[in-house]
Amino acid sequence: MNMAPLVDGSLVVLILAVAIWTIAVRDSFAAVVGYAIYGLMLALAWVRLAAIDAALTEAAIGGGLTGVLLIRAAVRLRPTESVVAGDSPAWFVKALAAVLAGAVSLALAVVVLTLPEPAPTLAPQVAEHIASTGLGNAVTAVLLAFRATDTLLEAVVLVFALIAVWSLAPDRFWGGRPGQHYHLEANGMLAYLARLLPPLGIVVAIYVFWVGADLPGGKFQAGTLLAAMWLLAIMAGLTDVPEVRLVWVRIALVTGSAVFLVIGFAGVPFAGAFLAYPEGYAKPLILIIEAASMLSIAVTLALLVLGPPERRGQS
Amino acid sequence: MSALATLIPETTTAGGFLLVLALVLPLAGVFAALILGGCNARRVAMLTIPLGLALAVAIGVELVQTGQTVIYLLGGWAPPLGIALRADGLSAAMLLTTTVVLLGVALFARDDFETPENLREARAPFMFWTLLMAVWGALNAVFLAGDLFTLYVALELLTFAGVPLVSLEGHSETLRAALRYLLFALLGSVLYMLGAVLLYGAYGTLDIAILAERVRPGMLCFAAGALMTVGLLAKTALFPLHLWLPPAHAGAPAAASAVLSALVVKGSWFLVVRLWFDVMPGVVTFSAAQLLGGLGSAAIVVGSVVALRQERLKLLVAYSTMAQIGYLFLMFPLAFDVSGNGPVHGFALAGGLLQVISHATAKAGMFMAAGLIYAALGHDRIADLAGVARAMPITVLAFALAGLALMGVVPSGAYLAKKLLLDAADGSGQWWWTIVLQGGAVFTAGYVVLVLASVLRRRSDPLLLVSRVSRLSELVALALSAGSLLLALAALGPVPGEFVSSPFAPKEMGVLLVVFLGGSLLASGLSRRSLLGAAGANAGVMRRIAAGVGESFELADGVIRRWQFASISLLMLAILFGGALVWGAPPS
Amino acid sequence: MSATTLFGLCGALLVGVGIYGLVVNPQPLRKILSFNLIGSGVFLLFGVVARRGAALGMGGDPVPQALVITGIVVAFSATALAVALLLRLHDVSGTASLTTKESPEPSDT
Repeated sequence: MNMAPLVDGSLVVLILAVAIWTIAVRDSFAAVVGYAIYGLMLALAWVRLAAIDAALTEAAIGGGLTGVLLIRAAVRLRPTESVVAGDSPAWFVKALAAVLAGAVSLALAVVVLTLPEPAPTLAPQVAEHIASTGLGNAVTAVLLAFRATDTLLEAVVLVFALIAVWSLAPDRFWGGRPGQHYHLEANGMLAYLARLLPPLGIVVAIYVFWVGADLPGGKFQAGTLLAAMWLLAIMAGLTDVPEVRLVWVRIALVTGSAVFLVIGFAGVPFAGAFLAYPEGYAKPLILIIEAASMLSIAVTLALLVLGPPERRGQS
Repeated sequence: MSALATLIPETTTAGGFLLVLALVLPLAGVFAALILGGCNARRVAMLTIPLGLALAVAIGVELVQTGQTVIYLLGGWAPPLGIALRADGLSAAMLLTTTVVLLGVALFARDDFETPENLREARAPFMFWTLLMAVWGALNAVFLAGDLFTLYVALELLTFAGVPLVSLEGHSETLRAALRYLLFALLGSVLYMLGAVLLYGAYGTLDIAILAERVRPGMLCFAAGALMTVGLLAKTALFPLHLWLPPAHAGAPAAASAVLSALVVKGSWFLVVRLWFDVMPGVVTFSAAQLLGGLGSAAIVVGSVVALRQERLKLLVAYSTMAQIGYLFLMFPLAFDVSGNGPVHGFALAGGLLQVISHATAKAGMFMAAGLIYAALGHDRIADLAGVARAMPITVLAFALAGLALMGVVPSGAYLAKKLLLDAADGSGQWWWTIVLQGGAVFTAGYVVLVLASVLRRRSDPLLLVSRVSRLSELVALALSAGSLLLALAALGPVPGEFVSSPFAPKEMGVLLVVFLGGSLLASGLSRRSLLGAAGANAGVMRRIAAGVGESFELADGVIRRWQFASISLLMLAILFGGALVWGAPPS
Repeated sequence: MSATTLFGLCGALLVGVGIYGLVVNPQPLRKILSFNLIGSGVFLLFGVVARRGAALGMGGDPVPQALVITGIVVAFSATALAVALLLRLHDVSGTASLTTKESPEPSDT
């Protein structure tokens, strides 16, 4: 009894329907909520494609954090909605855009249908070398051993993006606290959740990080979870976001990449190449890099969601 | 500069570790600036950039000595499983140019972005120095990475470092320009990634060297090639995808504009070269290359004419960048030989590379000069620049030399580049590009003459300077412009000497005269008001027709730069390129 | 038609939908949404390529899966920057539109 095509088919139809709705609906707030739903359904698609690590990352970052980011923006931009909507293009522009976008989709569809058989893959090579990394999760091995430079550069991307976001602060608030001040409603639901969930979330995050060496998981997913817990505490008013000029904030941002670089350079005398791991020490070193990166990722992601500094000191 | 041989199978070459250092040094600089804070950011930049220059020289020396591509296998893993850093002649030249220009910008902006005494950290100074190193790091990654996905990450690094430079001042118009830049650049990079996924799906690797061996013409490659090329063209702001460039480069502070025009746009251009010459040489067709060249020619004409129509100096220089970017794409059709095979690593590639280096240095000098004029006068209205030549001779000289360098006057790098490209055009029988190459100088001369005529005018009353400009800044601008003008002399080593004739030979003088006359004619006809007075003797009907032509160019540019028009052009170009790839191979 | 091909076609269509939204929607926030749609479509294609490369007991080729994770993080950073830029533009100018009415003032220095 093969239900699979039915499940996949329904999932695809749902995904496309929500995507089209997101584009077409008038109200931007509704579109953004639709996008968050879309992100979660996309995570299901990833599960169907047997890519659990990607599913976790998509659910956490693609659906979760991106959703939070866009919803906060949509709320703030509500007053400008109708003004800008008036700039909507003429019908023939829309028609032309639809035709062209359709042509691109068609070309892609043809390419997808004619992908070569048998499919070229690097799985055999990964299987051959994974033993030397001591890891059980092939994706983690690719991320932190075989293509470690990509991961290093991606950590740098996060820092650069945050620096760029900070550059948007008004001069007088430079180095101050991002986002607004959230008032604590001591008996409110949000405060209750913010007291209940973070300890759980931290434990789950550490578990996801630890188990990511051999099973789906790893520092990105764990870091995102930590970031979400921190954001929850901030938005409930239990704690306030620190001023970004503080040295410990800066150090927290940089630590992941710094540890990565140090271990990478240590690989030169001990293992013969930058970002190579000495025999037998690969797994502990990788876990150290992941731990440091997890913390940096958590701080960076949370600060990216909160935006540029908007207030100073106590306010 | 021909392609240097790679070792197959690949191993890390002797000097390979230099590549790792070149990649990591700027990033370490950014981190150090973050932690040490505000006033130290400038010190970190001033320390690391000369070190980077030394590294770039070392890599070049290593390359010349061994005669082979410098390779480093990251983590000891060989592609296709791992990622390799590779430096060939193209990379080494770009690394060197980048550090030289950055050094110049750092010296130029040394006083402009000083942290005030009473503050530990201020936004604009901290941002400027950190972003300078960030741009540098991103560019090094672009020039050295040998894997298409790593290059995607590097492109994003470059965008994230370049966008805040545009909005550094914080005014609403610069913020708007930065947002348009970011959104269009993101569209470009997602199309690039789309092409990359198709390539992986077909060949199981994204390593450039391995793809070069495996890639075969076919529907998939054509789609990937078209998408990636168009995505990169959007990031390079080639006509008609230049919607974001003029306001972004004109709105940024002068030092930032210099970096954006001279260096940032070259990153995506570099990837187009890698894609066409190294990844897909057997797939890209003669027709597709003609399309690229055609867009480049259109950029030269439209950009130069609209530059002539500008009222503000910085916008004129920004449109000049847009025009000069067109030159960078003339090398593509010229890399094909008579029977339509190519692209080959020959004179056309060398010409294109020289074009990039001379443009980077000259444009940096030009933006610096424009910035100095703005700072000194408090405005940059071209009509009101009378007397500036007397008051700021060094600055004006820097601008003039930069203009001459861009026009391709002997012995500038652009001149030698033009000669190399003309040689390629003759060799492959593509006479139409000869016309473009020779004629392009006239268009460039147009706006150079316009500005020079304005600043050289005499003033009855003494010029009021709002502030004094730093002598060091003026000298740096002059040095960069002069460097571009004399570049042909430095490039004479690897290139046959008979290409460069004496500047005082009658033929060269004659060409120069014609170019100047043509430029003056253009300037007097098409610019907003006849700044050349009696020199523009065609009054009356002719003047009105010319003014009408100029106005229509400006209007057309305004329409092309609307979001819907530009994004639809992008899609149409993708389809056109796809078609040119599918049907474009000449029967042979 | 296998599940993998189905998801591949889904990805192709998502790219088209996202491109349409990016061209047509005037609000910058919707453009950012559309960019994310295109990105997720491309990632889905990576996933399809990965699934097709399943071998030796692994559910899929791990390299494209790793690339997707990197890509999702990069896309999020881009979204965060774009949103911050948009909100700042809104704060400074009161509008949230990409179109300008006049050419920008060149800056000091």
